[in-house]
Amino acid sequence: MIGLVALHFLAAAVAPALTRLLDRRAFLALALVPLGSFVWLLGPVGDVTSGGAIHATRWTWIPGLGLDVDLAITPLSGVMALVVTGVGALVLAYCAWYFRAGDPEIWRFSGVLIGFAGAMLGLVLADNLYVLYVFWELTTVLSFLLIGHNPERRANRRAAMNALLVTTFGGLAMLVGFVVLGREAGTSRLSEIVAAPPTGAATTVAVMLVLVGALSKSALVPFHFWLPGAMAAPTPVSAYLHAAAMVKAGVYLVALLAPAFAATPGWRPVLLVLGLTTMVIGGLRALRQHDIKLLLAYGTVSQLGFLIAVIGAGTRAALLAGLGLVCAHALFKATLFLVVGVIDRSTGTRDLRELTGLTRRLPVLAVAAVLAAASMAGLPPLLGFTAKEAALAAFADLGQDADLGAWGDVALVGLVLGSVLTVAYTARFVWGAFGVRDVPEPAIDRPAAGFVAAPVLLAALGLVAGFTGKPLTERLATFSDQLPEGAHEPVLTLWHGFTLPLLLSGVAIVGGIGLWLARRQVAAAQQRFVDGLHVPDAERSYHAVVRAVDRLSVEVTGRTQRGSLPFYLAVVMVVLVVVPGTALLMAWGDISVRGPDNVLQVAVAVLMVVGAVLTVRSRRRLRAVLLLGVTGYGTALLFVAHGAPDLALTQVLVETFMLVTFVLVMRRLPPFFSDRPFTTTRFLRIGLGVLSGVAVAGFALLAAGARTADPIGPLFAGPAYEYGGGKNIVNVTLVDIRAWDTLGELSVLVVAATGVASLIFLLTDRATSHRSARRARRPAANADGALTAARTLPDTRRSTVFEVVTRLVFHGLIVFSVYLMLAGHNDPGGGFAGGLVAGLALMVRYLAGGRRELDAAAPIDAGTVLGLGLAVAALAGLLPTLLGGGVLQSAIVDIDVPVLGTLHLVTSVFFDVGVYLVVIGLALDVLRSLGGGIDKQRERAEAEEAAA
Amino acid sequence: MSVNVVLVVVVGVLVGCGVTLVLERSLTRILVGFVLIGNGVNVLFLIASGAAGSPPLIGASDDPMSDPLPQAMALTAIVITLGVTAFGLALAYRSWQLFGHDDVQDDLEDDLVRRRAELDDTSATFDEADTDVPDEEGSDPA
Repeated sequence: MIGLVALHFLAAAVAPALTRLLDRRAFLALALVPLGSFVWLLGPVGDVTSGGAIHATRWTWIPGLGLDVDLAITPLSGVMALVVTGVGALVLAYCAWYFRAGDPEIWRFSGVLIGFAGAMLGLVLADNLYVLYVFWELTTVLSFLLIGHNPERRANRRAAMNALLVTTFGGLAMLVGFVVLGREAGTSRLSEIVAAPPTGAATTVAVMLVLVGALSKSALVPFHFWLPGAMAAPTPVSAYLHAAAMVKAGVYLVALLAPAFAATPGWRPVLLVLGLTTMVIGGLRALRQHDIKLLLAYGTVSQLGFLIAVIGAGTRAALLAGLGLVCAHALFKATLFLVVGVIDRSTGTRDLRELTGLTRRLPVLAVAAVLAAASMAGLPPLLGFTAKEAALAAFADLGQDADLGAWGDVALVGLVLGSVLTVAYTARFVWGAFGVRDVPEPAIDRPAAGFVAAPVLLAALGLVAGFTGKPLTERLATFSDQLPEGAHEPVLTLWHGFTLPLLLSGVAIVGGIGLWLARRQVAAAQQRFVDGLHVPDAERSYHAVVRAVDRLSVEVTGRTQRGSLPFYLAVVMVVLVVVPGTALLMAWGDISVRGPDNVLQVAVAVLMVVGAVLTVRSRRRLRAVLLLGVTGYGTALLFVAHGAPDLALTQVLVETFMLVTFVLVMRRLPPFFSDRPFTTTRFLRIGLGVLSGVAVAGFALLAAGARTADPIGPLFAGPAYEYGGGKNIVNVTLVDIRAWDTLGELSVLVVAATGVASLIFLLTDRATSHRSARRARRPAANADGALTAARTLPDTRRSTVFEVVTRLVFHGLIVFSVYLMLAGHNDPGGGFAGGLVAGLALMVRYLAGGRRELDAAAPIDAGTVLGLGLAVAALAGLLPTLLGGGVLQSAIVDIDVPVLGTLHLVTSVFFDVGVYLVVIGLALDVLRSLGGGIDKQRERAEAEEAAA
Repeated sequence: MSVNVVLVVVVGVLVGCGVTLVLERSLTRILVGFVLIGNGVNVLFLIASGAAGSPPLIGASDDPMSDPLPQAMALTAIVITLGVTAFGLALAYRSWQLFGHDDVQDDLEDDLVRRRAELDDTSATFDEADTDVPDEEGSDPA
């Protein structure tokens, strides 16, 4: 079963390629998928509809959430699946003639349509609330694409958007309903919920929410307006959407839940009132249309109201009639739309005022259309007649079966009224499409036999099914039999005897034909009625709601999105001070403080406080940056005093690198900060700063003092040595115990470095500079001990002493960085510290010899280093899984090396190599961009100035 | 657990100064303030980790060790600060290149939205209702 659905999506994936290859004939190949599914389904569906056990499959999806893909073929879902695949196959085949050869859009259309068919099949087969929801929304999204097939027209875009908004709104309400229903029932399996339905207020609310979803999908009042707009889709899509898919999803859901929840308070009143109202409104509007496709679209609205009312009535007789109607409707509505498609393609118009003489010119098509129309109107001997007779019979006993009393008879009257209108608009359709008028006959392209085959086949099926009432009743009754017996045993048959339903059918037919004969007077009366009453138009109300939401968002955005960064940050800080600050004041209690741990702390603290305050006061950029360095190095000293050598080492290295980077950028920026008028905002800023500082200090005092549990850190020592194989607990934590964190951090570094490079080099390739360097590669130093590439600098910028020192220390620094990385497992150091030392070594080379010297020192693209580092780290993390361990698990290998002793190798060292490389890549990117890149731009600017 | 009052003062001052700078419009000042806050928060980790001790190296000393976990967290934070600061500096430089200064300006699009709100107007992408009837592709004989 799951294979059937998957096959549809697979076909959707290959459809674009297939249409390239076969053009519109690809539809015939694609039609094989639903056709094959139909044939495959015949066996199991035949089995379950003759009393066999339900076919169910389960595929575990997300076991952690208890989500499984449950699919089941039940009598109901099986019949629906046959309708979906059968009509789907015919519609797809029909597309092969409907579209013109060489249509440039069908590559996309074909994929979406078959995907839509797959989603619909999944929807009806789903036996799990959430699986059903997923397919439900999938049909919503795909129908949006189908309706918006030609997005160049604004009205089409809006029609697609309306359908999307309305059905998504309903879908979300339904999802909430599903969640509540699933919780109340204790299971998300639909078959289990229906077998043992929960009751209570929560269930009632949940069921009502689910009905919102069903009604919006099935285009019932007040959601009915999206469906006529959906005829913006190509006609085959309309045929499928209106007859077998999409709108039938709501009907299906109501049918699925009716046996369990029809007695829920509100269920019958809501569905009967809205259903019958929709039936009447849709019928009335259909009578006013000139476009025969639009006429059919309103006819669908009317029919959907009919179906929902009958199935929603939820008695045994009504369910059997309803399922029969669903089949009848699928057959005749698909036929009629496909007929309209043929007429449209053959004559180039769908306006009934321009059509004439088609009966003579297209006799086969006319016969098919009349058969289908007769089925729609409920004329014998078609399936539409037998099903409608059964529906009338069910409603005649509704008062007794559903305890509705006289209201059942009111519903029956509504049903008859709707049927009268149905006959009337059916007559209008037949007269409109095939009548004879006093207008010039449109030119006709004779349609190919294949083009007409699908509607003829569907119409013939409707005729055959009318005569096979007995076997059909037996099959469909396997669904309705889950309800208790009613006043009469329902049956689909052409002849009941002279009964009330037959009389009512007669009334409908006579009344309908009467309405059609008096169509001018009826139209005038309708017009007067609409003009006089000012009935609220659903579409206009919907539009007003959408407009109000849009206005609200503009107001809210205008008020909250000031677009000012200081304002946003101030809001964040004020919230920090006010909300947790209030909590702080309320919780303020015993605070136990102690003095400094040692004298060093006091000295450093004084230095940092002074440095920080002076940083704020400085108006020179460079001064602010240097004072920032004071607090940075001070922090490093605090780390030392605390007993955190790794932190201190990293902090010193980072601070140095950052200081130089700041200076590299500051050399281009103006020396002073821009002058700001001395205003009150300055005091506000300082005030907010002081408050934030006090608040954070307060949190520190209270939170650190409020510790109740033992810290977990000291427990790291044992595992760090035993499993991590290292004595430096901090570094083992980084590369083993919390290695996932580190991996995430590496990604951040890669992103930041790439961002830096892209901001400076913009679109140009950052790799160019080292490539040219590699071409001109020479020994790094010449005989006099200076740096070679430094010769490219003007003499005034060179320093022989600096160059010589650089030459002396560079290689030593690199070796030291590798040592730090390797030693980090047991002693202070590690990949971060090692990488930073290597970065500083490169920085020294750059400072001494300029950007070409940097290229000579590292003739490789920074992006390559970054990528390599991330890849090494990721592979080092994945490697243990190949050896049967967990991700990022370390292994300790002791290798006996002769003479030297035992080599103690821990695999996490490879992870550290990745860290080392990423940090070097970051340093290289920063130096190339903020160093060399800015140099280059300055040189260019100076050259331009000199030229000018 | 008693709290080291000297470190608390340092955290308060660093964060206070940092926030004051971050509220400025000059990107350089914002970055400096950002780094100050970063340093302050790293010291906050020290406070949270309890008393000072010997380095968390197994076998290095018999005295009680300092807590290694907050140190590992602070270490990654330090390096991240470097990466983000470098990015911020590149932004400041780019801003100078384009506008001749590194001040953060108010967003123009937000201003447009505000003006729409004052005029009681809908958003720019809102589709006003019209009487156009949807039409299918291909129904046009041309």
